[in-house]
Amino acid sequence: MNFGVLVFPGSNCDIDCYKAVEDTIHQPVDYVWHTETDLSKYDCLIVPGGFSYGDYLRSGAIARFANVMQALVEEAEKGKLVLGICNGFQILLESGLLPGAMLRNKTLKFRCHPAKLRVVNNRTPFTAAYEEGEVINIPIAHGEGNYYCDEATLAELKANRQIMFQYEGENPNGSVADIAGICNKRGNVLGMMPHPERAVDVLLGSEDGRRMFTSILHFWEGKTDGAAVVR
Amino acid sequence: MLKATVYVTIKQNVLDPQGNAVQGALHSMGFKEVEKVRIGKYMELSLDTDNRAEAEARVRDMCEKLLANTVIEDYRFELEG
Repeated sequence: MNFGVLVFPGSNCDIDCYKAVEDTIHQPVDYVWHTETDLSKYDCLIVPGGFSYGDYLRSGAIARFANVMQALVEEAEKGKLVLGICNGFQILLESGLLPGAMLRNKTLKFRCHPAKLRVVNNRTPFTAAYEEGEVINIPIAHGEGNYYCDEATLAELKANRQIMFQYEGENPNGSVADIAGICNKRGNVLGMMPHPERAVDVLLGSEDGRRMFTSILHFWEGKTDGAAVVR
Repeated sequence: MLKATVYVTIKQNVLDPQGNAVQGALHSMGFKEVEKVRIGKYMELSLDTDNRAEAEARVRDMCEKLLANTVIEDYRFELEG
C-alpha cells in the first residue's frame, strides 16, 4: 500500500506522519511536495499538521489552491483514502472536501495536551480497528480547532454517521457537538484535529493512534468486513 | 488603476471568540457601553485596471474563492479611483 504525505511550506507534522506509517504498518511512504500534480500512485494521502503558508488569511486557505491539492481532490473523487490531521483537516475544510469551517478556540488559547476522544463510528476505513464508543487518548495541539457548521449541516453529519470522533469530558475548543473529527459522505476522506501520528508508542504517552494506521492497511487489504460500504 | 478595499467579518450568528475577549477587556477598562465587538479583516488591493464593472465582478470572485470563507464570514468591498 503506497502512502503519500503532502508537504507545504510551513507543514511541521509531516515527519511524524511519515514515521507513523513506516513504524506502525511498515508500508512504502513518500513525502510529496506541494507542487506535485500527479498523485495516482498513492493509495492513501495524508495531509499533515502545521502552519501551511503561515496560516495567512485563514488556516488552510492558501494551501487548498496548491497544485497538489487539485490532484488530491481528483484522487479523493476516485475513492482513494485521504486523512487530514489538524492543519490538514483545516485544509480539507477549505477545499470543500469536508463540510464546515474552523473558528478560533473558544478560550483563545492554543491547546496542546492529551485529549480523550470517543470513537463514534467504527464502520469506516480509518476506525475499523477501534470499538464503537471506545474512549481513546490522542493528543491535540491547535489554536483553531473550534469546528463550526450550521444546524442543517450538523443534522446531515449525524444522519449520515459522518461524526467520527467527539471529545469526551471537556471540549477543549468549543466545537459544535463536541466534534473532533468528521468524514465525508462516502467515508473515504477523514479530517480530525487530534494527532494519531503522535500516539503510536507508549513512550509518547499513548499508542491509541496505531489502530488508525492498522485500520487503513486492513481496509486496503480487504480484511475489514463491511468497511467498503462505510455506514 | 483602481483601489479595492475589502472588509471580511465573522457572520453575526457565528461566535467570535476574539471579539468577545476584546469586549471583556473594554468592560474591565470601564467602557461599559460596549455591547458587542466583532473582529474582522481589512484588505487593500491595487488593481491594474480602469474597468469598474469588471473589477467589481473580479473582486467579488476573489472574495468568494479566497478572501472570505463564506461558511463563517461575510464580506463587502469598496472600489475607488
